[in-house]
Amino acid sequence: MKINSKFVDSFVRNSLSLQAYLTVGILLLIVGVIFVKGIPYLNLEFLFYYPEDMGRHGGIFPSIIGTLFLVVLSLFFATPLGLGTAIFLTEYTKESKFTKVIRFGVESLAGIPSIIYGLFGFIFFVIKLKMGWSLLSGALTLTIMMLPTIIRTAEEAIKAVPKSLRMVSFSLGATRWETTTKVVLPSAAPGILTGIMLSIGRAIGETAAVIFTMGSSLRLPTSLFDSGRTMAVHFYILAREGISMEKAYATALVLVLSILAINIFAYYIMQRLVSKYS
Amino acid sequence: MSDKIKIENLKVLFKNEPVLKGITLNIRKNCITGFMGPAGSGKSTLISVLNRMIDFEEDVEIDGKVYIDDEDILSADIEPVSLRKRVGTVFAVPLPLPRSIFENVAYGPRLKGIRNQELLSNIVENCLKKAVLWDEVKDRLHTSALKLSGGQQQRLCLARTLAVKPEIILLDEPCSGLDPISTAKIEEALNELKQDYTIILVSNNTKQIARATDYAAFFYLGDLIEYGVTEKIFTNPANIKTEDYIQGKFG
Repeated sequence: MKINSKFVDSFVRNSLSLQAYLTVGILLLIVGVIFVKGIPYLNLEFLFYYPEDMGRHGGIFPSIIGTLFLVVLSLFFATPLGLGTAIFLTEYTKESKFTKVIRFGVESLAGIPSIIYGLFGFIFFVIKLKMGWSLLSGALTLTIMMLPTIIRTAEEAIKAVPKSLRMVSFSLGATRWETTTKVVLPSAAPGILTGIMLSIGRAIGETAAVIFTMGSSLRLPTSLFDSGRTMAVHFYILAREGISMEKAYATALVLVLSILAINIFAYYIMQRLVSKYS
Repeated sequence: MSDKIKIENLKVLFKNEPVLKGITLNIRKNCITGFMGPAGSGKSTLISVLNRMIDFEEDVEIDGKVYIDDEDILSADIEPVSLRKRVGTVFAVPLPLPRSIFENVAYGPRLKGIRNQELLSNIVENCLKKAVLWDEVKDRLHTSALKLSGGQQQRLCLARTLAVKPEIILLDEPCSGLDPISTAKIEEALNELKQDYTIILVSNNTKQIARATDYAAFFYLGDLIEYGVTEKIFTNPANIKTEDYIQGKFG
């Protein structure tokens, strides 16, 4: 039987576009539900007041600050470590068994469920290194979780920089380090930033690993060794223990909005980089 | 005039295949020397020995001596990084760095630690003028170098090389993708530059070698077949292979 090629084309186009709309639709539905349910309870008091009665009343100020500290601290550890590994693998070593082993290790790390990281962080950082349930334990655990994403995306971004640009830099008398910092990294920066954004997203929404290592104290963390409760953990506890669904949705809304804000900020930085290095 | 570069019995093997089979050649200071020969003749390999860019290739064996001002550049004491500040390179394809025209030219001086904005501006202007590009770009120094035409980009690359203040400039088929007007502008620039630099111009275009060089060397399958004053090579070549090549019978 001969099938009309025009019909096939339009059928494929329609079904593909349907899939795309469906995906976006689900995303909008989730965000929409959180917006509708959360927005009545979102106000300045909620953002800047301490929680009362286990979170039934009051705000989530310590959780916002705790989340911020945790993410910044994790990035502080994970970015140099991940970027350094990626630079080593791409610029400072040749493909060998050793690099394959590192790469395999990185990929395996990416596949481990977060609760396992949590358990490891609990045993190693909290107990063995006696850091207790603290910002530091949480951040170090999240660092290990973020590393695979940062390393992989940074590696891909660095590899995508044409070899010829490196040769130009060398021919002008640059060392390998100068070439890496002045030519390779600026060109790879948008890709590297994307990886960092993805890992922030993972850290900010993490619950299992964070409960195990940073705990769930409702106090405002003021030192590296203080326990604290991130927004994601707060949301989880509010919803799981039936404390207050209203406050839970409002917390989720703040979480979603902050991820959105981070993405807009990153997009802005990326645009600036692209306009400077193109 | 003295010899700037002395090459003595230089042999290069790539993966055990000989690419240069014992080249002996002296290159004169403040002259333009042309390297010509068909693909696989080894002329580009010779260039990459002179700037030690060959270090980035794998499975290479180099034997012989290459002196620049009586200093053996193949010895272990030589830092390739500082050698490349003395031996500048312009590649076959225009390769501007993805940044502004100004920043392209300032790249080398910045590596040398020059931070003074006024000094950098002077260097940039000076080098762009020497590369016969200044008039075309002086009003848009801070726009992207990638927006320039191919011919302008290649002159920018020449200016960028000049900004490092090398003693020798190697041009590896710099006009292979350029139109005749851009080519003429580059040749014009080179002719001015030879007062201050020793220039080696690799080209597949025998007419360009005849036009633009003082001395010419003809390479064939890793051997230096003939070397001498360009005019002599083109009017009265000693070797029949040279004659066949410049007459376009092969290559």
